[in-house]
Amino acid sequence: MLAPFALEIVLGKAGAIAIYLLIGFGFGFVLEMSGFGNSRKLAAQFYFKDMTVLKVMFTGIVVAMVLIFWTTGLKLLDFSQVWVNPTYLWPGVVGGLIMGVGFIIGGFCPGTSLVSASTLKIDGIFYLAGVLFGVFVFGETIDNFRGFWTSSDFGRLTLTDWMGLPTGIVVSLLVAMALFMFWGSEQLERIFGKRDLTRDPKLRIAGGGLLLLLALGLIPLGQPSIMDRYEMIASEKEPMIEQRQVQIHPGELLDLMYDDMVQLVMLDLREERDFNIFHLLGAERVDPANLAPLARELSTGPEVAVHVLMDNDESIVTDAWRELTARELHNVYILEGGLNNWLDLFGHEGHDLCTASISKERDGLNHEFQAALGSSHYPALPEHDALDLQFEARVKLEKKRAVKAGGCGG
Amino acid sequence: MSQTNIKQGVQPTKGKPYANPYLGGVLLGVVLFLAFFLTGNGLGASGGMNRVVVCVQDLFAPDHVDRTPYLLNMAGGEKNPLDHSLVYVMIGAILGGAASGLIHGRTRPETNKGPGISVKQRWALAFIGGAIMGYGARFARGCTSGQALSGGASLSAGSWLLMFCIFGSAYGLAYFLRKTWN
Repeated sequence: MLAPFALEIVLGKAGAIAIYLLIGFGFGFVLEMSGFGNSRKLAAQFYFKDMTVLKVMFTGIVVAMVLIFWTTGLKLLDFSQVWVNPTYLWPGVVGGLIMGVGFIIGGFCPGTSLVSASTLKIDGIFYLAGVLFGVFVFGETIDNFRGFWTSSDFGRLTLTDWMGLPTGIVVSLLVAMALFMFWGSEQLERIFGKRDLTRDPKLRIAGGGLLLLLALGLIPLGQPSIMDRYEMIASEKEPMIEQRQVQIHPGELLDLMYDDMVQLVMLDLREERDFNIFHLLGAERVDPANLAPLARELSTGPEVAVHVLMDNDESIVTDAWRELTARELHNVYILEGGLNNWLDLFGHEGHDLCTASISKERDGLNHEFQAALGSSHYPALPEHDALDLQFEARVKLEKKRAVKAGGCGG
Repeated sequence: MSQTNIKQGVQPTKGKPYANPYLGGVLLGVVLFLAFFLTGNGLGASGGMNRVVVCVQDLFAPDHVDRTPYLLNMAGGEKNPLDHSLVYVMIGAILGGAASGLIHGRTRPETNKGPGISVKQRWALAFIGGAIMGYGARFARGCTSGQALSGGASLSAGSWLLMFCIFGSAYGLAYFLRKTWN
């Protein structure tokens, strides 16, 4: 079974709670052990005297990162099910700047104040009370500036997406950056904190080297490709294709085009030439070789939408459907029989701009047009009830995010 | 080898010295990884605290909670805000911190502060700083643990940005608060 696990199903409610408590226990234990219950230790970070905060935090980040991407690379962990904090650019910047102020004035962050309070540090208890008060005030005031708070939403944006580099390279760069920062921190401690570096264990240098090697190893290891990821869900999705549960009748698409309650996204996968000759009103042309940014853009949109893919027939849409499904886009459907089928149904109502000609090669447009009409042609948006069509509706709206919210943001 | 260096940096007033930061960091990384591997989620602190606050509010003013969209999500109607993994992680963290403090002999009532301020001033600053942090952490959708640490490891672009903003503003103000700490 692929991690992460649906703990409450595998272990039952009590078992899941036990795991959460154990994880928390390890977290608290390590924080206290490292000195994070002591506000002087934390604050010394900002005067370059004792850089423990940076060392512990960045070591923790890069060690966890290397382990995460080794296990995803070995297909033991499904990264699409790992919670990645969504990026809200400006609220994040403002929140971060506010947090820094709280950190230097109060000497803790929320997690460290927990272990400080649990070891009876009175300043930690006051800080914890302050955090609870601040959280309370936020809950009472947030609805006044919800617009800003939900603005600049980039959704699940990772550094690999943003930089456009493979995961192994990004992780290696971050590990190298962390090691450089550790070196710099030690120099600062030597200067401002009178630290004698020769008394630090040499093992740390070996550990840093090992971590960098492990990170570099991620480059040849690689991460599962999108089709590898599809393989993991293929047993569930392939029958849907075969049983034609995702192919919708033109009549159902027409209903959707006239349904004001549904946000419809029509994606036309054909070449530009065919698209210019004829396409449905409101359809967007997309390159089937470049679906990744599209999937990201569509899956971060604020509303639940129905996505309908179309081709001249059904020759290339099915692979695109597989890819978009593997990319976690929900509510993706295929126009049954493609635009040829559409034109067969709607194309010949009292006009002579196009004629059916059956003799085209596979994947071509089966209809001949006298000019490139784009969407300015009657069948681009036929009248809703022009034909009395009988079909079985297949579209079921599904919520878009499979990964449950979590982390601190829960 | 590790015995020789151990007394450097800020140390507890009583009890065993703190662990080597790199050792602490590696262990923290392993715990964080296990959290992701087993549950799909990282670590968090302020999210759990948020739910405690909302629970108290729900006790005294359930109608108010049901009318406020932000609170409704967590405790609307019959929902129990405390029945959430973050709350259990938070309770675990308190127990883990207490255990480490007891084992290493560092658990004792005291107020850690710089020599330039009184104990009462330190308490006031701790409360004020905590309130600002709590507000900012919810604004940023997560604190240093849930955003910087967890989001940092899972390569969230926003979390990395947030991390630099936290450190940036704390360093920017450090000079003005030097009397508090030094």
